[in-house]
Amino acid sequence: MNNRLNNRAILIGLLMFFAIWQVLAWVIHRPIMPSPFQVLPIFAGSLFGELGIHFLASSGRVLAAIALAVVSAVPIGLGLGQMPQVNRIFAPLIAIVYPIPKIVFLPVIYVLMGITDISKIFLIALIIFFQILVVVRDEAANLHPELILSVRSLGAGRRALFRYVYFPASLPAVLTALRVSVGTAVAVLFIAEQSLTTYGLGYFIVVETYQVLRYPEMYAGILAMGLLGLILYLFIYHLELKVNRYRSEE
Amino acid sequence: MISIKDLTFAYSGQPSIFQGYDLQIERGEALSIIGPSGCGKTTLLYLLAGLRHPQSGRIRIDQIPIKRPRPRSGLVLQDHGLLPWQTVRENARLGLTIWGFYGSDGRHTPVNEDISAHEADQRVDDWLAKLGIENLRDQYPLQLSRGQRQRTAIARTLAMKPDLLLMDEPFSALDAPTREDLQKFIIDLHAVTDLTYVIVTHDIEVAVVMGQKILVLAKGCNRKAQLIENTCAGLSAGRMQDEFQQTCEDVRQLLGSLT
Repeated sequence: MNNRLNNRAILIGLLMFFAIWQVLAWVIHRPIMPSPFQVLPIFAGSLFGELGIHFLASSGRVLAAIALAVVSAVPIGLGLGQMPQVNRIFAPLIAIVYPIPKIVFLPVIYVLMGITDISKIFLIALIIFFQILVVVRDEAANLHPELILSVRSLGAGRRALFRYVYFPASLPAVLTALRVSVGTAVAVLFIAEQSLTTYGLGYFIVVETYQVLRYPEMYAGILAMGLLGLILYLFIYHLELKVNRYRSEE
Repeated sequence: MISIKDLTFAYSGQPSIFQGYDLQIERGEALSIIGPSGCGKTTLLYLLAGLRHPQSGRIRIDQIPIKRPRPRSGLVLQDHGLLPWQTVRENARLGLTIWGFYGSDGRHTPVNEDISAHEADQRVDDWLAKLGIENLRDQYPLQLSRGQRQRTAIARTLAMKPDLLLMDEPFSALDAPTREDLQKFIIDLHAVTDLTYVIVTHDIEVAVVMGQKILVLAKGCNRKAQLIENTCAGLSAGRMQDEFQQTCEDVRQLLGSLT
C-alpha cells in the first residue's frame, strides 16, 4: 500500500491508458483495434441499455461469490486459527488445494451443480474462499496469546472474542486477500460466462460481439468488464485504508 | 477473600509446579509474588484469574470456586494487552463494552448491575484523567510509549471497578520514574479502597515496596507457601531505609535457600 491511489493518480492513469490505446489504433489500423473515440460513445450509449444489463448480471455474480466466500471462509479460518490441533489435521489438505487453479473444476461443477447461476457463483467463490481462509487462519493464529488472555479476563467469552478481537484483527487481511483475488475472480467469471447463459459480460464479449465481428461493441464490453474489476478493486482498497488507519498514524 | 486449598498443577507432560499447596489471602491485602523465572508465579496468577485450571484442589474467591474469569477480578499484564486498532479511549472502555455486549449476566459480567453507555463513557474518562492520559484518548497504542500503554491497560481494568487486581510484571518494561509513579498510584488506590491486589514480579525491591506480604516461590515443585510479613510496604519508606534493606535481604536469602 505504499503507492497511494488518489483521484489524481486514477485520472492520470486513465488518460495514459486511452492515449496508448489511441496510438495502437493508429499503428495497427485494423477493425480489431478501433479507436477509443469510436468505442467510448458506444460504451456510454449502451451502458444504460443492453450492456448495462450484462454488467449488472456479472456484478451480481461476483458480489454473490464474494459474499459466499467471506461468510464461509472467515468463520472456518478463525476456527482453524484458534484450534491448532484441528488446523494440524487440515493444514496439509489446504496447502495442496490452495494452489490448484480452481477453474479446472469448471466442468465438474457444471455437471454436479447444473448449468444455473449457482454453479458460476460457486466456482468464483471457491477461488476467493481459499485466499481468505488462509490469511484469516494465520492472522487468528498469530494474535498474541497475552492479548487474548487479557481480553478474556475482561469477561469476554467466545462470542465477544470473535466480535472484538478475532474479527477486527483479521479484517485488514481479509480485505487484502479480496483485493488481490478479485482480479482472478473477474477473469474466471469471463470464462464461466461464455457458455450456458445469455446474460453477463463474458457472454456479451464472446458470443454477442466477438463471434459476429462487432468489434467496437466488443470493446465496450471489455471496457465494462475492466470497469467492474476497477470498481471492486478501488472499493476494497478504500475500505483497507480505512481499517488500517491506526497503522499509518504512527 | 482468596482461599487456595490443596492445589496441584502441572503443565501437560511436565512435573508439578504446585502440589498440595495452600494459601490464604484476606480482603484488602496486598501480596507480592516473587521467584526465579519458571517457578510458576505467572501460572499462580493465571490460576487466580481463572485462565488456567488446577489438576486438583480448590481455588475459591469469596467462597466461589473459580472456573472462568471472575467479573470482579481485574488483570494487568506486562504488555500486548491492548487492541492496536482501537484508540486509547476505546481500549480503556473495552471491558465495559463487553459488559454491554453480554448484559448483566453474572457469568461474563457482574450480576444485577447494568451500566448505561453514558455512565460507561463517564467512568472511562474519569480513569483516563486520574491516570493522566485524557489528552491521549484519541491516539492508537502504536503511537504511545510503554508507560502510556500501561496506564491505558490499568484504566481499562479499573473502569470495571474490580475488588481484586491481579498484575503480572506490570512495571517491568517501564523506566524508573514511570514505574514509581504507577506503583504509587496503585498503593494510593489500595490505601483508600478495600481493593485486594496480587502483583507478580522478579524484582526484589518492587516486591518489598508493593507487598504487605511477600510470597516466595521456588523453581521446581512448591508444596508449602513461603510468606514473609512486610511492614515497610509503600513508597514513603525513606525513613525506614534500614528496615527496607533488611526486608530485601530477608527475601533474597529465602530466594537463595529455596533454589
